[in-house]
Amino acid sequence: MRTVVGPWSLARITVSVVRRPSSVVRGNCAVCRPSSVVRLMLVAGCVALLSVGAFAQAKPVVLKGGKVLTITHGVIENGVVVMENGKISAVGAGASVKVPAEAQVIDVTGMTVYPGLIDSETNLGLTEISAENMTNDLIEPSEEIMPHMHTADAFHAETALIPVARINGITNAIIAPTSTDTLPGQDCFIQLDGKSANEMLLVRDIALPLNFTGEQRRKESWEKRKYPSTRMGMAAQLRQAFIDARDYESKLTEYEKKKEAAAKDNKAEPSAPKRDLRLEALLPYLHGKKQIVLAAEGPSDLETAVRLANEFNLKVVLNHVSHSQAVLDYIAALKLPVIVGPIYEAPKPEERFDGVYSLPAELSKRGVKIAFATYDAHGVRNLPYQAGFATAFGLPYEEALKAITLNPAEIWGVADKLGSLDAGKTANVVVANGDPLDVKTDVKRVFIGGREIPLTNRQTVLRDQYSK
Amino acid sequence: MKVDRVAIRFLRWLVFVCVLLCGALLAQQQASPTQTQDVLIKNAVVMTVTHGNIKNGSIYVKDGKIAAVGENVSAPAGVAVVDAGGKFVTPGIIDSHSHIALDDDVNEATSPITPHMMMMDAFDYQDKAIYRGLAGGVTTSLLLHGSANMIGGQAVVIKHKYGLGRDAMLFPGAPRSIKFASGENPKRVYGSRDQLPSTRMGNFAVQREALVQAQDYMKEWDTYEAKVKKGDKDATQPKHDLKLEALADVLRGKLMVQIHCYRADEFLNEIAMAKEFGYKIRAFHHALEAYKVPEQIAAENIGIATFADWWGYKEEAWDAIPWNAVISMRKGVRVAIKSDSDDFARRLNQEAGKTMRYGGATEEEALKMITLNAAWIVGVDDRVGSIDVGKDADLVIWDGYPLSSSAVPNKVLIDGGVYFDRSLPGFGMPQYREGQ
Repeated sequence: MRTVVGPWSLARITVSVVRRPSSVVRGNCAVCRPSSVVRLMLVAGCVALLSVGAFAQAKPVVLKGGKVLTITHGVIENGVVVMENGKISAVGAGASVKVPAEAQVIDVTGMTVYPGLIDSETNLGLTEISAENMTNDLIEPSEEIMPHMHTADAFHAETALIPVARINGITNAIIAPTSTDTLPGQDCFIQLDGKSANEMLLVRDIALPLNFTGEQRRKESWEKRKYPSTRMGMAAQLRQAFIDARDYESKLTEYEKKKEAAAKDNKAEPSAPKRDLRLEALLPYLHGKKQIVLAAEGPSDLETAVRLANEFNLKVVLNHVSHSQAVLDYIAALKLPVIVGPIYEAPKPEERFDGVYSLPAELSKRGVKIAFATYDAHGVRNLPYQAGFATAFGLPYEEALKAITLNPAEIWGVADKLGSLDAGKTANVVVANGDPLDVKTDVKRVFIGGREIPLTNRQTVLRDQYSK
Repeated sequence: MKVDRVAIRFLRWLVFVCVLLCGALLAQQQASPTQTQDVLIKNAVVMTVTHGNIKNGSIYVKDGKIAAVGENVSAPAGVAVVDAGGKFVTPGIIDSHSHIALDDDVNEATSPITPHMMMMDAFDYQDKAIYRGLAGGVTTSLLLHGSANMIGGQAVVIKHKYGLGRDAMLFPGAPRSIKFASGENPKRVYGSRDQLPSTRMGNFAVQREALVQAQDYMKEWDTYEAKVKKGDKDATQPKHDLKLEALADVLRGKLMVQIHCYRADEFLNEIAMAKEFGYKIRAFHHALEAYKVPEQIAAENIGIATFADWWGYKEEAWDAIPWNAVISMRKGVRVAIKSDSDDFARRLNQEAGKTMRYGGATEEEALKMITLNAAWIVGVDDRVGSIDVGKDADLVIWDGYPLSSSAVPNKVLIDGGVYFDRSLPGFGMPQYREGQ
């Protein structure tokens, strides 16, 4: 337990995880038959459930006269954006765009128009008040290998935090468990508007974090030490988990074969292997059908974890790499995207003040596709400022903007729907009175699925109540 | 093979010697750490904080103080000149609530009343957090006791002269401050041990009781001294009690009271308690609900040191709103934005910039929240916090517009000496090199 420093650390004490001896009953479903399970699982693995939020857009909306940051095809001064049926139907310069007759036309002269921002790691909907543990559904600390945890199962659609995040134009986010397990459970991808969790969850189980930063070791004290208490232990345990999953799958395949043969020969059906939810959850990842979000900080953690991922041909997105400045060329050679940050992460004592600040620029310069994340819940609205700050350390402005729009959309496989202002994409559009990456900029309008979102939240209500 | 190894060893040795030599040469070229150099900063946009911005302005720094500021500033020939190239210059940032450089010795959480703890005794002047704050433009910090205790310890005020010795980093003549706290933190720390206090009732009872003890202690000493004055040779001297002595200094007005406090009802209780015992509160820290009772806070001339937009990390931070700073300011409260974190201390300028968005603070008002107002809370506003003649030459030359997401200090001067220069290799510090 850390020493109490100011209000935050005290909060941390309360949320700090109490590890209990494992008494988890393994998921066991004798009723379900493995064959159907496998089929279901593959379907889930292949199909991304992208749908438009059920708050439907009533009539076409036209944003006219703004400076349009399209992301894919430059900046259009005095541009027009048309939204119809929840989608962007046209984007272009003033006179060139046909405006639907019955449309609601909004003059946004002097404003900047850009796509909704995407935060590549948050805990939205998994926490309300950090220090109040009953409001937290952030992580299962009893064991490290928990791929059968689904953040979608805990996601609280009505959280007060989402309307707060929206006021800065955040329209989509990855929901991840916190990072104190090596395999803490699967991420989901949400849209920050909808009447229920089902409507907001665009992709359930979009990816699986694999955390290899050292924070996952079970070694708070000698008395409480348990396996894995070292990085060797973490690696061995992970390797075993993927090998177990592989064996599990062979058993399933073997069973299917035997069953088929039995059916052919009119013999009795062989008994099905016991279903194992934990191992089952790993299969889409072993097949490379879904992405592993591999978090590491320093070079040795990174290289060890990448080696491990390669042993199992995992499809990888890198995460953090905050203290890997010494191996930037190695990272570039991996040709993997990187969720970079938080760039506010403190440098190591031997690192210069800007060692972490300059990482996005250094990676981008080497051709690495980067995306930013807040790794936060209450602070999600501050996502664009990280991108802005990175420009002070050499990240080109366009790249900074891409790193919170198109790049994450591409990384998460939703670029056909999100990440830029292009006809055919979901109408997630933000209107602000200035540079999207600056702290002084006020977001004036946010559209999600073409529907204008009221920019009110718990905080604006309090503001209005007390400033009368 | 053996030859190779010897050769490699020789090469290594050679490199080592070269590095040493270069280091020595460079060190010679740098001004000695304690020496300040007279300097003329010209061609800058000077954001004075007290009298507007001076475009194409100059600042003449003499003997570590601001000797002149304006459009036409004359300096003696031969004075070193820094051409700011049209960049913005602000006063050094003042962090009015920090726990850096205390080596995690922030809370003596073994009793709710520990006014005799001296943060000076915990001050670790080699902590790199001082450097990182400096690189973010912070030149002065108030290092406070934590919030586990209702009455914590006494603060230390530092200048971020990283690379110098401990005493050279202390802010000379800064007034003494003491940290009080209320609300959830003391409740949680002592409540979790089944001790008093575990409620807000307990919190205030413990605080009141301590202050009553201090009154008794003072009376005891007054009686004794009166007896001695009368020539009573049998008078027995009361015991010197460090703890009560410190509390007596609160009652004597010798310590500025800085209170960690979140909720509106607690501001009112603390104000009532201060009146009951006759001491002044300098500032409420965190003060996330100040917007609910700004008039009452302003009426007592109490400042607030708050966050720009941090919220929701605990129950008493649930009603935090990012408009708090500006609403309170408009109702007459002196507002500072502080860090309370190693991280925020590195970018307080951005945090101040947020007040322009949330509530529409003007540029000068926003800047004041991390300079002059913060200096007032620390009690050093006559010395730092604005670019005025006679004040310490604590200055930041910025790359970019300071109240934005994309600004970063180019150079930071303290008492006229350059302590950070982004363009330098390594740590960017003329006064410090790794290994020193």
